[in-house]
Order: sequence, then structure tokens, then C-alpha cells
Amino acid sequence: MLIRTRAEIPSSEITPKETYQAFQMSRRRLLAGLGAVGAAAATVGLPEPAWGLDKLKTVTSNYNVTDRDVTPQAKAQNYNNFYEFGEEKGDPARYAQKMKIRPWTVKVEGLVKKPQTLNIDDILNYRPIEQRVYRFRCVEAWSMVIPWDGYSLSELINFVEPLPSAKYVQFLTTTKGQGMSLPSGIEFPYSEGLRMDEAMHPLTLLTFGAYGEVLANQQGAPMRVIVPWKYGFKSGKSIVKIRFVDKQPRTTWNDMAPGEYGFYSNVNPQVDHPRWSQAHERLLNSNTVFPKTVPTLMFNGYNEVASMYAGMDLRKNY
Amino acid sequence: MSNGAIPYLKALVHIACLLPFAFLVDLYRTNQLAAFADPVNYITHFTGNWALWMLLMTLAVTPVRRLNPSLGWLIRFRRMLGLYAFFYATLHLLTYVFLFSGYDVPTAIQGVRQWHLLEPLWQLKIVLPRMLDDAEKRKFIQVGLAAWLILLTLAATSTKASVRAMGGWVWQGVHRLIYLAAALAVIHYWWLVKTGVRTPWKVTAVLVVLLLWRVWLSVAKRSRAKARGKAMWSQNRALR
Repeated sequence: MLIRTRAEIPSSEITPKETYQAFQMSRRRLLAGLGAVGAAAATVGLPEPAWGLDKLKTVTSNYNVTDRDVTPQAKAQNYNNFYEFGEEKGDPARYAQKMKIRPWTVKVEGLVKKPQTLNIDDILNYRPIEQRVYRFRCVEAWSMVIPWDGYSLSELINFVEPLPSAKYVQFLTTTKGQGMSLPSGIEFPYSEGLRMDEAMHPLTLLTFGAYGEVLANQQGAPMRVIVPWKYGFKSGKSIVKIRFVDKQPRTTWNDMAPGEYGFYSNVNPQVDHPRWSQAHERLLNSNTVFPKTVPTLMFNGYNEVASMYAGMDLRKNY
Repeated sequence: MSNGAIPYLKALVHIACLLPFAFLVDLYRTNQLAAFADPVNYITHFTGNWALWMLLMTLAVTPVRRLNPSLGWLIRFRRMLGLYAFFYATLHLLTYVFLFSGYDVPTAIQGVRQWHLLEPLWQLKIVLPRMLDDAEKRKFIQVGLAAWLILLTLAATSTKASVRAMGGWVWQGVHRLIYLAAALAVIHYWWLVKTGVRTPWKVTAVLVVLLLWRVWLSVAKRSRAKARGKAMWSQNRALR
């Protein structure tokens, strides 16, 4: 009697786990890609419902940008670089909501006559808050026009009376217990710094809000610095320490990629980033798909700071 | 998989491969794309991602179909997937040329509407120096361009007529360049992201697994052939 038996499957034909998983990965990729794209589209960049931010009492100032429209507020609040909350532009808006911004203190230390710890609300009420419309230029070659609310940093500096030996000001961002996940390979806290004359310049804004409301967490609540003639990463967010030092302080992006991000980082169309040209920028200030690419202005158009760099080689001191 | 079902399956795969593109067009037409903070950045990353994912799917076809003889029909989808990788890679390149580089699309369209049909070309001339500068100076653009040129070559020689004209052996050699294209695409990704960004590691891991699997397959094939040859030789001796 002929009994037909099924051919044995030789053990060599058994699928190794990695192959099956590789196949699954590619298959999942298609499905996940479609789903993730849908989910991402739903959260990145689309006008979010209002963040329910408190209003700020502001006075108008002379700082205005007349040749460009102001960026729609939703764009400024949903396109942020804040690595402590994720590497994608939409991540800070999604994950920074866990950050507690009260109680908040700012420690002023180093070469000052009056080192002290200040309460954020006292700093807020120290001087009238002006609304200043500034151009904001990211090193990634996009830019916005944002009405920031604050007062000149020089007011606070004069209040704490730095010693003559203080040549630089360092700004340190918060790291503690705020729902942040600090990516490895980067030394935290996020540190930025300015030369004393840059910090004392009237343009340098100690910032508490934007668009007449307090800063959203992802924008660097409750207090940040805005230095409009430099690339955006120089404008440190969520500051907890202001340190007066006599030597140029370390800055985080310079630590991460010294060849790409310098201490000064003045907006300069003639000095390229190693990986892209800085001669033009994508102006993100309207609801259109076709980008407005405009030539980048020296010092982001703030020529009044040029005198601070007279005689300096801005290619060497990028 | 029966022969009769293949055309229907192919139609389905066509639709699936075009879904991402359809999604993008829909975002544009419903004005959602304009509400993004940086639409150009989004389109660039979207098309680049899909090109890379399609490429990885193409590379996964042979390892998967070797799992079981009954999966042999999968080979009939490999060319389609590869061509869609080229499709998305071309969209990615076009995004760079016409959106990222500062090309003035509104002016170009207006010119065509007013019957200045060469207007798009004049606009292209304006941004060409910037693009040449980029290609000359930026490594990540160079490897990306190289990957696209390989895909262009493969797309152009993807027809049956090409296989006949070149001969199977030469054609096979040329199409092995897809491994290089995939590697260049992944390097392009690593070289364009900022320091500290690690998202490319996912596609890197998949690519490494797929390439190692191909190496394993060819080694296994060779050792099986060797074993067969040895068996035949000793059988031959025994018969004599």
C-alpha cells in the first residue's frame, strides 16, 4: 500500500528568527509609516487649540519689524528645538506640558556684588514688560517674526551689580524633575553665554512671554533670554541660573559640534555652516506651502550691534 | 499564490504604494500642509523616509521568498517596489530643487499662466548656482545624489528588454548596485541630521539585518552547492 506522506521539511528550511523579524519590520514599517504619518500630521504643526496661557500686561515698544508679517502664534508654539523633550520639532509641544513652572527661582551667582536667589514673580514685576517684535533666525536656515514680551536684560544685570572682573554671563537651563529625558552624549544642563557687552546691549531681552501671553513651556517658560542678532540656539530657555564669570563659558551646542556652532554665532550670511549655506533662510511667517526664501541679513538685520565686533574676524569667531 | 490572483494583488500593491503620495496631496489640497510650521521640511522628510522604506522593502523581497519555496511569487513584486522607491526618491529630489532651494514657484506658475512658458526655466537658472554650490560643498548632498543616480540607472534598466539586451549576468551585476544605493541613502540620512539626533539608527539596523541576511544566503548557497558537488563526485567514483 502506498501511503503518501508529506515531505519532511528539512531543518535547514526553518526560518531563522532574524529573517522573520526583518520581514515583519518591513511590513510593520508600511503600516506604521502610514499610521505614524497620520498621527504626526495630527499633532505637528497643525494649529493646536489655545494652550490656555495667562495673559501678560505689556506696553508697546519701538522694536518692530515692518517689512515682514508676524508669524502665526500656532507655528511659533509648535515648532521648537528643546532636546530635553525630544529631538523632533513637534516633541517639545507634546512633552513639555509636564514641566512645572511654579515655584521657580533664578539663582544669580559668581562675580556679582549681590549674589542671590530670586523668585520668578519678583523678576517679572521688576520692570514694565515691553512687547518687542523681533526677527528670529534659527541656525537651521529658517526664521520667524515673533513678538516677544520682556524687558532688557541689562536692567536685571544692573540690579545685581556685577564686579569689574565679570567678563561673561552664563545662562543655565533647568534639568531637575521636570519630565525631561536628557539624551545621552550631551552634557546638561543646557548652557549658553554672552560677552558682558552683548548681555548689556538693550536688544538682549529677558523674556517672559510672547504674543501678549506667558511663554508656553515648549518656548522656554517661565523665563528665557532672546538675543535677536544671533542664531536661535544662543537664546537659552527656562533659565534657573545666571552666572557671572571671567572666562568664556562652555556652551552646549559648541560642546556637541565645535566645528558647527561657535560661541558668538552671530547671524552672518557670509559664513556657512559646514553642512549648509547661511546665505538664505526660509521665512516661516505665513500659512502657505510655498516657502518664502529670503536673503539672510548680517546680524539678522540688527546693525546696531556691529560696533561690538569691530575689528573681530567673524569667520574665525563664528 | 495562483497565477490568476497576481494581477489583482499587483493592483492592490500599486494602490498601497501610492497611498503615502495621495496622503501628501490631500494634505496640500485641504490646506493642512500650509498650516504646518515648516511645510517644506515636512515634505522633504516625508518623501525621503518613504523612498528609504520602499528601498528596504525591495531588499527584503529575496530574503523573505527564500524562506519557503511557496513564496517564490514574491519576486514578481520586487521590480514594482524598487520603482516606487525611485518614485519617492525622485519626489524627494524635486522637493529639494523646487522647494528647498528657494525656487520661486509662484512666479514660475504666474509666468506660465501668462504664456511665458520658459519662465520656470529662468527661475531655475536663478537657484542653480545655489544648488551647484550645495552639491560641491555638502557631503550629504553628494551621497544622496549618488544614491538617486544609481536608482535612476536601475529604473532605466528595469525592463525585460533590458535584461535581454544586457544579458542576465551583466544585468545582475548592475542591479547589485542597489545595495550601494541603500547604504548611500542611509549615510545621507546620518550626515544630514544634527548632532545628537539618533533617529537614523532604526533604518540602519534594518538595512544591516537585510544585508547580513543576503550574505548568509549566498554563503549557505555556496556551501550547499559545494556539498552537492562533493556528493556527486564520490557517487561518480563509486559507480566506476
